[in-house]
Amino acid sequence: MVVGDDIDTDQIIAGRYLRTKDRQIWAGHVFEDYDPGLVERLRGSVIIAGKNFGCGSSREQAVIALREAGVLAVVAPSFARIFFRNAINIGLPAIEGTCECDDGMDVVVDIDGGFIECNHKKTQIKPLSSKMKEILLAGGLVPLWRSRKL
Amino acid sequence: MTTLSEHILGGRAGDYVDAEVDRAYVHDGTGVLTLEAWKEMGGPALAHPERLSILFDHIVPANNTVTALLQKELREFAKSRGIRFSDIGGGICHQLMGEGEVLPGEVIVGADSHTCTLGAFGAFATGVGATDMAAIWASGTTWFRVPETTGIVISGSLSGASEAKDLALTIIGMLGMDGATYQALEFTGDGAEGLSMEGRLTVSNLSVESGAKTGLFYADRTTQEYLAGFGHFIVPQVRDATGYLREVHIDLGEIEPVVAVPPRVDRVRPVRELAGTPVDQVFVGTCTNGRYDDLRRFATIVRGKKVMVRTIVIPASARVLQRAADTGVLSTILSSGCTIGTPGCGPCLGAHMGVIGEEEVCLSTANRNFTNRMGVGGKIYLSSVSTAAASALKGEITVPEVD
Repeated sequence: MVVGDDIDTDQIIAGRYLRTKDRQIWAGHVFEDYDPGLVERLRGSVIIAGKNFGCGSSREQAVIALREAGVLAVVAPSFARIFFRNAINIGLPAIEGTCECDDGMDVVVDIDGGFIECNHKKTQIKPLSSKMKEILLAGGLVPLWRSRKL
Repeated sequence: MTTLSEHILGGRAGDYVDAEVDRAYVHDGTGVLTLEAWKEMGGPALAHPERLSILFDHIVPANNTVTALLQKELREFAKSRGIRFSDIGGGICHQLMGEGEVLPGEVIVGADSHTCTLGAFGAFATGVGATDMAAIWASGTTWFRVPETTGIVISGSLSGASEAKDLALTIIGMLGMDGATYQALEFTGDGAEGLSMEGRLTVSNLSVESGAKTGLFYADRTTQEYLAGFGHFIVPQVRDATGYLREVHIDLGEIEPVVAVPPRVDRVRPVRELAGTPVDQVFVGTCTNGRYDDLRRFATIVRGKKVMVRTIVIPASARVLQRAADTGVLSTILSSGCTIGTPGCGPCLGAHMGVIGEEEVCLSTANRNFTNRMGVGGKIYLSSVSTAAASALKGEITVPEVD
C-alpha cells in the first residue's frame, strides 16, 4: 500500500476517535481523513510511505490502529521520532528505507537480512539499533517487560 | 565542548543512553493508554510516584459519559498512588509543568508531542508514547539516542507587531516539517536572550513541528527571574556548544507577522498576503499562546472594540485565568464580545469546546493546522495573538497594527 509524504497522526487516526479504549474503533477508522477506502485493503499489507511518516501528535492509537487493521510493517525513508518509537514499542516494524513499487505488488521485508525486495529489486534498509531490535523481537515493550519480570 | 542536549543526557550525539527521568507526565488522553499498558505489564510498582503527574487538559470538562468514565478511572488511579494530579480546569499539562515544576538541566518526559515546550527552561524535554511512559512509570528511566543539534542563532529584536509566534512559525517555514527530525534545536544569540520566558515557551513549543526532539534555550537571568517567582533559585547555564550539525541565522528585525496556511505548519506566508481572507471563528489559547502575556496583548488590541466573528479565548491554566481576572484583562476580553473556555486545550485537537464545521475557517493561535484536525472539512490558519486579535475585530485575516 503506497501512501505519500508527511502523513500526520491526525490522518492515521483522527482526534475525534480517541476517546475510547476500543481498539477496533481505531482500526475501523484508520486513514479515514487521508483516503476513506484504504482501511478495507490494509489487512496483510505493508505500507510503503513517503518521508516523515507519523508526524504530529504522539498518540499511540495511530500505531495500534495500523496494527489492529492488519498492517504487517511500515516502510518509509524517515519517520517522525515519536511514531517510530511507538511502532517498535507495540511490535509493529517501522523500517527506514525506500522501495519503488505500486499498490498491490508483493513486497519482502527482511529485517535480519537488511533489505526490502519488490519488483525483483532489492534495496538496503537502515538497521535498527540493538535496543529497538530487542524490543521488536520481543513483540513490543510490554512483552519484553513481562519476560524480564516474570 | 558539548551541546546542551549532550551535556544533559551525558553522551555524544548518536550515542544511546539510559537516562534517569526527573519529571514524567501524562494528560487525560494519553494517560488512559499509559494506564492500559501499565496494567498489561502486570501493574508493576511505580519507581518514583513523586516524580509523576497526571494533568487533565484534553477534554475538559468531559464531553460524554465514555470520556467521563475514562477520566474517572485515571483520576482514581492518580489519587490511590499518590501521583500529583490536576483535575479539569487546572490547565494544560505543559503550562502547569512550566509553572515551577521544571528546572534547567532536568530530563523531562511527557506523553504528548508538545513536551518540547519545556526546553525553554534549558531542560531536555521531549514527548513519548503511552507504552514508553508506562515503562517510565515502572522503571523511572528511559533510553534516548542523543540527538544532533541544529543551532538557531537569533540576533536583534522584534519590531512592529511581530511576536515570538511569528518567529516560531518563520523557523518552521525555514526548516520544513521534517527539517529537524531526530535532532534537537538550540536557540542562541542575543535575540534569543532578549525573548521573555513566555516568548521562549512559544518558540520551544513549535520545535516539534519541524520534527525536532526538543528545542532548548539556555537558562539565563530571564529564566532565573521567572523561576524565582515560583520559589526556585537556579544557576544560569553556560553555553559551550560547538558541535552543531548546522546553524541557521535569523535577524529578529526581519520577522514580520505571518500565518501558516492549511494544511501544513511549514506553509508560512506573510499575513499581508492573506489579508482579507474571511474567518468564521478565532481561537486564542493552547500550549502555544494561552499564557497571561498572550491574553494581555489580546486585550490591549480589542479594548473598547467589538469582535466581528465568534471568538473563543481559553487561558492555558487556572493561574493564568485568575491573573487575567485580577488585572482586568478578562473583563476587557469579555466586553469585546469574546467567550471564555475552561482552561485546557480547547478545540485544538478537534474533540470539543469549539470544533468547526465543514467549509468553516478558524484562525487559531495553536500549533497544528492539519487536514480536518479541528473538525471535518474545516480549515485552520495559525497566527500570533496580535494577528488573531486584529482579525477578530474585522472578521477576516488582518495585519496587526503597531501599538
